[in-house]
Amino acid sequence: MKKTLAIALGLALSIAALSGCSEEQAQQTEASSQSSSAGKSVTGTVATDGSTSMESVIGALGEYFMHENEGVTFTYNPTGSGSGITAVSEGRCDIGLSSRALKDEEKASGLEETVLAYDGIAIIVNPENAVADLSVEQIAQIYKGEITNWSEVGGADSDIVLIGREAGSGTRDGFESITGTEDLCKYRQELTSTGDVITTVSQNPNAIGYASLSAVEDTVKALTVDGVEPTEATIKDGTYKVQRPFVFVTKADTKLTPATQAFFDYATSADAAEIITNAGVVPAN
Amino acid sequence: MNKKVNTKALFENIVHGIFLILGLITVGGVLLITIYLIISGIPAIKEIGLFDFLFGQKWASTAAEPSFGILPFILTSIYGTAGAIVIGVPVGFFTAVYLAKIAPKKVKVVVESAVSLLAGIPSVVYGLVGMYVLVPGIRVLFNIPDGASLLAAIVVLSVMILPSIINVSLTSLEAVPSEYEDASLALGATPIETYFKVSVPAAKSGIAAAVVLGVGRAIGEAMAVMMVSGNAANMPSLFQSVRFLTTAVASEMSYSSGLQRQALFSIALVLFVFIMLINATLNFLLKRDKER
Repeated sequence: MKKTLAIALGLALSIAALSGCSEEQAQQTEASSQSSSAGKSVTGTVATDGSTSMESVIGALGEYFMHENEGVTFTYNPTGSGSGITAVSEGRCDIGLSSRALKDEEKASGLEETVLAYDGIAIIVNPENAVADLSVEQIAQIYKGEITNWSEVGGADSDIVLIGREAGSGTRDGFESITGTEDLCKYRQELTSTGDVITTVSQNPNAIGYASLSAVEDTVKALTVDGVEPTEATIKDGTYKVQRPFVFVTKADTKLTPATQAFFDYATSADAAEIITNAGVVPAN
Repeated sequence: MNKKVNTKALFENIVHGIFLILGLITVGGVLLITIYLIISGIPAIKEIGLFDFLFGQKWASTAAEPSFGILPFILTSIYGTAGAIVIGVPVGFFTAVYLAKIAPKKVKVVVESAVSLLAGIPSVVYGLVGMYVLVPGIRVLFNIPDGASLLAAIVVLSVMILPSIINVSLTSLEAVPSEYEDASLALGATPIETYFKVSVPAAKSGIAAAVVLGVGRAIGEAMAVMMVSGNAANMPSLFQSVRFLTTAVASEMSYSSGLQRQALFSIALVLFVFIMLINATLNFLLKRDKER
């Protein structure tokens, strides 16, 4: 019985894999045949790959773009900033999505970045926590383990529980590079998603964590940093310090397909600002 | 007449061929995974050095000067599994003895269906319940800053391995010939004496197999422990946040690149070797059981 099940599963998987391949091929040929036909309404595919933090904003943009241009197939593969950058440099997607600025070595390898929007990283604590404001310096000291008790920053006398993200996460990279705590954080927990961080902080009155501002819910309290509340306005004018860019990554020496170029122009234009704002981040243009 | 026989033989052959191919798919899958894991797991071990990799105590995969020591993960997996066995085996074993020999039929039906239900609960659900109930519970109960710990993982794992232990032990206890027990009872032994001195020894390889199966289940679990163990790469300690071999692979894979990703494959290879050893033990025990 078990064996039959295993065999059936194996078959189903291989069929799925096969059909997946042929579909991709079909899409590719479609894209190449249609990319030559220039017109007002573009057709073809736009493949994006990368940061999971950008899901809501890129999903909204893609949906709107497909609605406007019926011949376009828009795909988004949420793999993470690192994978997205690798994918675009290997030509596996049209636009790589990164929730951090490119590193110098990545730029040297022929990649170009275009800032799409800014994402504020909220510092969150349990609603029961009396602390309401921390400086960037204090946040760094807390995460480096130099401040270990809430009473040192004006809270109750209890140990601070540091909640963070796993190595390689764009949010962690963003947070650590902004606060200057790279490789120094003494995490109590390293969780693999924004939702897990928020849940854990909401469950533990001693916890502190970080998450995209757009994902923060009422179950946790977002702290003000240096007295500045994390809002769109403060993120855009740069007074809220804990923020990071959402970036389109493209290859400098490769010309984008007409469909991709059209999407790129649209997303970075002022027309897209409203959709980007609705997705919870601050548009750059 | 002759033609009919030929078609029949041909049909038989075709069916045999199809079954052979279907069987080979499974074998092919195992081979493919094994070869892929070895090919993708070896380079990082070569680069890091086998000793530094297996016995290094520091894991900092994305640091400016990365270090890839997986001793904390190996020890955590071993301690976590051992802990789950220490709690899960007695509970499972006595449950199995009760169900096989003592329980009234109605109770047995109810408990057995509860056990099967427990086996069918997805591991993410175990993790979720652990995250919302167990982790805060441990924090309050032991008055520690945070409840996500090795202990939480052990508790979750002990519950998760119960169904395998109960089911396999139960089957082997029920397979003990009733003549053994009748003889023991006729000689004046009490029922409880009979169960523990006759039935259990007679079923001992099956029970051992149940334990090994539990070990396999516990060491291979990723999702549930990831949600309750905190995932910091510390050396294991009961109330510390820890990371298992499985969660080390799962938590960093999605954003990894370069040597980090290769090292994750190497961790998977180490885990694979562990599982192979456990499977070999299991096969050995079951085979011995059959030969007797």
